[in-house]
Amino acid sequence: MFGLKEYRVAQSLDQADQLLHEHKNNVILGGLLWMRMGRKNYHTGIDLSQLGLDRILETEEAIEIGCMTRLRQIETSGILDACFGRVLADAVSHIVGVQFRNAATMGGSVFSRFSFSDVVTALLALETHVHLYRGGILPLETFLESSPQRDILVKLSLKKKAWKTSYQSHRMTATDFPVLAAAISCCEDRWRISLGARPSRAKLATKAAALLPKKPDAAQIAAACDQVVEEMSFGGNQRGTREYREILAKVLVKRGVEAVCR
Amino acid sequence: MQISCDINGKAYTRHIEPDLVLIDFLRDLGFLSLKQGCDTTNCGLCTVWVDGTPRLSCAMLAAGIQGRQITTIEGVEKEAAAFGQFLAAQGADQCGFCSPGFIMNVLAMERELTDPSDDQIKHYLAGNLCRCTGYAGQMRAITLYLGARKGELSCE
Ligand SMILES: Cc1cc2nc3c(=O)[nH]c(=O)nc-3n(C[C@H](O)[C@H](O)[C@H](O)COP(=O)(O)OP(=O)(O)OC[C@H]3O[C@@H](n4cnc5c(N)ncnc54)[C@H](O)[C@@H]3O)c2cc1C
Ligand code: FES
Ligand code: FES
Repeated sequence: MFGLKEYRVAQSLDQADQLLHEHKNNVILGGLLWMRMGRKNYHTGIDLSQLGLDRILETEEAIEIGCMTRLRQIETSGILDACFGRVLADAVSHIVGVQFRNAATMGGSVFSRFSFSDVVTALLALETHVHLYRGGILPLETFLESSPQRDILVKLSLKKKAWKTSYQSHRMTATDFPVLAAAISCCEDRWRISLGARPSRAKLATKAAALLPKKPDAAQIAAACDQVVEEMSFGGNQRGTREYREILAKVLVKRGVEAVCR
Repeated sequence: MQISCDINGKAYTRHIEPDLVLIDFLRDLGFLSLKQGCDTTNCGLCTVWVDGTPRLSCAMLAAGIQGRQITTIEGVEKEAAAFGQFLAAQGADQCGFCSPGFIMNVLAMERELTDPSDDQIKHYLAGNLCRCTGYAGQMRAITLYLGARKGELSCE
């Protein structure tokens, strides 16, 4: 477990930002699931739980997800289901257990840019923007490419559109990290294919997505699957080899595209 | 720092270190049902309810429970004993180390889900590990217990 000299409940985002930059060893506290695995000694831990950032809100054009929203809220949200189908719920529902997901936050999940992340893989298939307190509003793709800065992830916004979606992942055992994760979406005739845990960070296969028409036939889906492996890099780790992931990628993308077409 | 909270219906105010973990705080107060079975937030043995929601007390700071209501198995003793009888009748537990956390999550599930299917039960309890058994006895016990709560069956 990590160490803390002080615990402060922020009364405003301004105050949280001030506290974060007061000392280089101060830290934002999310759900603590990841942090508790480390042994670092921090100065002040900054609690954002009193700032109303634990909500999923619907505006005219977007769905906004506050950084303190827990993964279990994502899994059970009727608003998210109605706008995006089950893609987000399916992405989080295999993560450890209910008690874990009642604590793990969207802010901690996205800010950490985990390469194994189901959450980021799914968000990337939707049009997601990351709202940073200092860094402004960035497309998720740009945020993932940028180098980590000390900042506060305030919320995520997801464009409301006529999305059709599917989430696919393969795990060695239930609740383990994914060997490979894929999120597929289609809005009118524009597809997005996001692949995560390759094992590197989630990315969009843009050329493969461009090969898919609104209603692809089997040959067009197969061509897109081949293109996914062509344009993306895969690697090996203890959960699987590069070759295994390349085969899995084709399977997951095919299943995802077929599910969206249904 | 000082925190005040409610544990099993009783008010507590204590001075704590800012990095005190909730499970250690609760065990120091005498709630020894709480067990720690892992270092990686995977086993569910440390499950308590925070404002009625099941959470892992190994991954929360005591500082974070200011003003909140904590429930441990000692706070739902009757219900826990009733379900425990079903577990025992099915020979479902062996060393019993996982039981307090498991029972807390079963009782939370009962509150949250209506008429859960076997798949929903397995999904809800996937974060509770048991190293001695194969979960089959637990599944039988849960099914019989939920049926009994609807007035259909007894633990025999
Ligand atoms: C055992 C285990 C298994 C897991 N399995 C999976 C899995 O299969 N799939 C998956 O997708 N994920 C998985 N995760 C990751 C998990 O879902 C969370 O993403 C992770 O725990 C981080 O979320 P948190 O709320 O716990 O953040 P914390 O642990 O509290 O914080 C993580 C980091 O983010 C920073 N932070 C938190 N919130 C903010 C904010 N609002 N602004 C700026 N910085 C912030 C913290 O300072 C810290 O550096 C797993 C994690 C663990 C521990
Ligand atoms: S002790 Fe294992 S999850 Fe808390
Ligand atoms: S009975 Fe021994 S760990 Fe479950």
